Amino acid sequence: MKKIAIILITTLTLTLNVNASSDGDLVLKKNNPAEIKDCSEGFNRASFALNQGLDKAIFKPVANIYRSFPSPIKNGTSNFLDNLSNLVTIPNNILQGEFKKAGVNTGRFVINTTIGILGLADAAEAMGFVKYEKEDYGQSLAVAGVGPGCYLVLPILGPSTARDTVSSVANFMGGDAWYNVSVKNDTQYFSDFDFYSSKATAGVDFRAKNFDSIENLEKNSIDFYASVKSLYLQDRQQKILNSKKIVSTQNDSDWEEIEN
Amino acid sequence: MRKLFAIIFILSLLSNNVIAIEADIFVQSTVNRASKLLSENISKEEKIKRLELIAKDTVDIKGIGFYTLGSVRKNLNDSEKKKYSELFEKYFLKSFSSRLAEYTNPEIDVYDKEKLNENYTIVKSILIATDERPEININWRIYTKNAETPLIRDLIIEGLSLARTQKEEFASVLNSNNGDVNALFKTLENFIKE
Repeated sequence: MKKIAIILITTLTLTLNVNASSDGDLVLKKNNPAEIKDCSEGFNRASFALNQGLDKAIFKPVANIYRSFPSPIKNGTSNFLDNLSNLVTIPNNILQGEFKKAGVNTGRFVINTTIGILGLADAAEAMGFVKYEKEDYGQSLAVAGVGPGCYLVLPILGPSTARDTVSSVANFMGGDAWYNVSVKNDTQYFSDFDFYSSKATAGVDFRAKNFDSIENLEKNSIDFYASVKSLYLQDRQQKILNSKKIVSTQNDSDWEEIEN
Repeated sequence: MRKLFAIIFILSLLSNNVIAIEADIFVQSTVNRASKLLSENISKEEKIKRLELIAKDTVDIKGIGFYTLGSVRKNLNDSEKKKYSELFEKYFLKSFSSRLAEYTNPEIDVYDKEKLNENYTIVKSILIATDERPEININWRIYTKNAETPLIRDLIIEGLSLARTQKEEFASVLNSNNGDVNALFKTLENFIKE
């Protein structure tokens, strides 16, 4: 634990060159997976091995059972969890200056919670709302110009970066309304169990959706740790940029010299 | 003499007008070939064998191999390059075909393309959702320098590049072995043997 804290503090000190007016190119460069250092690879690999063990013992078997559920149950669960995540996405839309998106997501949350029966159905999408994109405090810090710091693999929680780990603390300091009403404040409607079971279900849902891909990747990797790291950092980069556009996240010059 | 001129003229016309294949048509036809094969009632081994033939036809395995090696490729001598290309081809075909052979009748629809430059076009497609997995966006980086024989150089699944992932995986193996390319060769050999 002390080691994690030291890594976080060191890397954040190195990367906290906040630049509020940073442009897309700078954000792209800072979050380029090739630029992100694996400062404590030994610790990360050990943590990765622990997570693999937990996956094999718990997540994989549970996800396998979950996969066999009828589609309406799986879709309903996914929709419910996505709807809850709006409670973190909306404040982050505002922090990133995306006020229109904040408005759209607020509308989405209200519609899905009411007409969509507590979020089980994505009624907003059926009404023509744009596709939902999750946001978190790590992405907001990145947009503000904070670099990712070192790559980290957290026990149980999985891949992250120093910036994203630190920023997730915001969720427990009032930044997540779902945490506030279920854990932080003693309301009579929700309990700690509701919050933690929603997080565990989100983990199972993700594992089930990517079941074959993860199995395939593990089977065909010569260094599974490095593959997961690469995929995670590429995914974070495009989420921060809110872009799936290849030209934004792929450097063509990498290919330039390859002739055939 | 006139006949000879006519023959030369016709031959030169033919050679100058090689048929350019559009990148999106190339991808859709490749996908259809693989899809048809995967839905056939044949053994997995036979599927793998025939998938490998399709891959050799349509994927720039050598190009991907050198891209994957990163800047290390500049330090290899000719015999190391030859050995690497041979090993990479075996590694690629094994991992590629075993990944694909798990699928039965994947339905992929090509819907758009974006020309990046003379050498590259990105073809956009969707893997249609099933009960077990959601819809997946797949983009194909097509090397179009030779317009009549386009080749696949990368698959970008939901924005994640497979070539880039493999490049970083190889870099990790090299870093853990002080940049020794022979350690990478050994790792590839072990994978091929498994």
